[in-house]
Amino acid sequence: MTGPKNLESRTKHIRETWAKRCNKVLYMSSVKTDFPTVELNVSEGRDNLYWKTIRAFQYIHRHHLDEADWFLKADDDTFVVVDNLRYVLSRYDPEKPWYVGRRFTPFVSQGYMSGGAGYVLSKEALRRFIKGFDTGQCTHFSTIEDMALGKCMETMKVKLADSRDVKGRQTFHPYPPRYYLIRQQPRPRPWYLIYEHYEPIEGPGCCSDFVVSFHYIYGVQLYALEYLTYHLRPYGYKHRFNPDEETELNKEALVGV
Amino acid sequence: MLSEGGSFMKGMVMGGLFCLVLSFLGSFSPSLESSTDDHHHHHHVKAQSNDELTHFSDSQMQQLISEVRVSCIIMVQPKILVYWATAVDTWSKHCDKAVFYTSESSKALEAVDLNEKDEWARLRKALKHAYENAGDLRWFFVAQPTTFAIIENLKYLVLTKDASQPFYLGNVMKSGELEYVAYDGGIVLSYEALKRLVHVFQDEAKCPERGRALWKLSEEKQIAVCLKYTGVFAENGEDVHGKGVFNSKSVDSLITDSMKDNPTNVVEGCCSDMAVTFNGMSPNQMQVMMFGVYRLRPYGHDFHDSLTFYPPEGSDND
Repeated sequence: MTGPKNLESRTKHIRETWAKRCNKVLYMSSVKTDFPTVELNVSEGRDNLYWKTIRAFQYIHRHHLDEADWFLKADDDTFVVVDNLRYVLSRYDPEKPWYVGRRFTPFVSQGYMSGGAGYVLSKEALRRFIKGFDTGQCTHFSTIEDMALGKCMETMKVKLADSRDVKGRQTFHPYPPRYYLIRQQPRPRPWYLIYEHYEPIEGPGCCSDFVVSFHYIYGVQLYALEYLTYHLRPYGYKHRFNPDEETELNKEALVGV
Repeated sequence: MLSEGGSFMKGMVMGGLFCLVLSFLGSFSPSLESSTDDHHHHHHVKAQSNDELTHFSDSQMQQLISEVRVSCIIMVQPKILVYWATAVDTWSKHCDKAVFYTSESSKALEAVDLNEKDEWARLRKALKHAYENAGDLRWFFVAQPTTFAIIENLKYLVLTKDASQPFYLGNVMKSGELEYVAYDGGIVLSYEALKRLVHVFQDEAKCPERGRALWKLSEEKQIAVCLKYTGVFAENGEDVHGKGVFNSKSVDSLITDSMKDNPTNVVEGCCSDMAVTFNGMSPNQMQVMMFGVYRLRPYGHDFHDSLTFYPPEGSDND
């Protein structure tokens, strides 16, 4: 999701990095350009974000439904490791109604997925989202995109997946790495962890090796994360976390709720 | 008239000879200690490629791995306590041995207290101590805790190099005629280089401990000058592609440079995949770096490296 103001400063760098690993990428905006961007009939700005999202999904449903099994919504300041996203999604059937991301608790009974961290709809979930608006079961009742979409998911009986790895560590992150990884003394939840559905872990145990996303990542940090993920490595290092190696623990996989 | 001309001529000849002698002395460089092996006429050291490593047998590889153990010499001070603590909790855990040398002791953290205010004198003491307590370790990495290091990549760089030959490696800088390794990118010394350095410390004429008369050289340059007397020269550490692996800048700083210099190829044009050091990161950034280096990776990418380095015991952030 982007806009004319950010194409040069943000979206261009996404196009140079992780967007290339998607099977298909669409840049949603209010204006059509040769970037290329898709023109949606909306205005820019945070208050219009949910309208933009609704129009974006309607556009995709109309023109691109059969080109993918899973549909990721991300912002122009999100860093995504597409290989790790595929790994998380491989546990789920895209013909079932699944909604995958960083689970938040309040406002919606079953919870909803953080918009900033990016979330993914299965093909069936996308069909149900569109149907919800076609039949009036879902409406634009709020400008808070992630929460409102979560409400529609609940109404249309789409289930929330658990995106954590087999050790219970998070993969989708609504903030940059430093918010989670720095060691802390045991303390009550800081403001940015208040909405968490799963009990948050602070420090090195927070985050999966196979991270899917970080948010509020711009320019330099985007390339730096790309370098750390895909290039810089310790030669010969035997990683501690090897989920494919057969162990008792690894045989239990976490599936849905 | 003739006699005046004669003295004039004598004066000219003497003056001319004197100038010749002076310029000869000025360009005089200490002679190389003769050794049977090469004199390091090239000034860079490249890692071997993965292909080259496949030519070694399993037992040869085991031998190389057992010999490439690294002793880290980390120079700290209480005034940078947070960096000190961060080095203890992060990259230094990957050294086979890590000894912290301090200017004065701290109740919070363990170190060898050299009780020495002068930075050069302190470094000399630390190097001497490390040499005398080397045990069977043959590679030495000297750094401050404001530097972040990836020891596995240091081992990869020197894997097939012979530590009984003098190696003095890092991010090589030039000051006039002197080539030296930048302290902030980390300094690597083979056992032979450290041995020669510790021995030339005893020569007050070549390598004085204190009061270096005219100008006080920084420790990094002092090391280079002293080593030069023993026939050891600074060499730039590079990967198979010729990219420097020792960095005096942070990842963010190098990426920023690359965004200016290679806007269409930022990451490939930036830093080595096998980088050994970075400098200028905050303690918090180093904690994130541990995750970025040792854990964060894309599922399904396997590298088939020719050898294995195991994670250190009792550590939870790598």
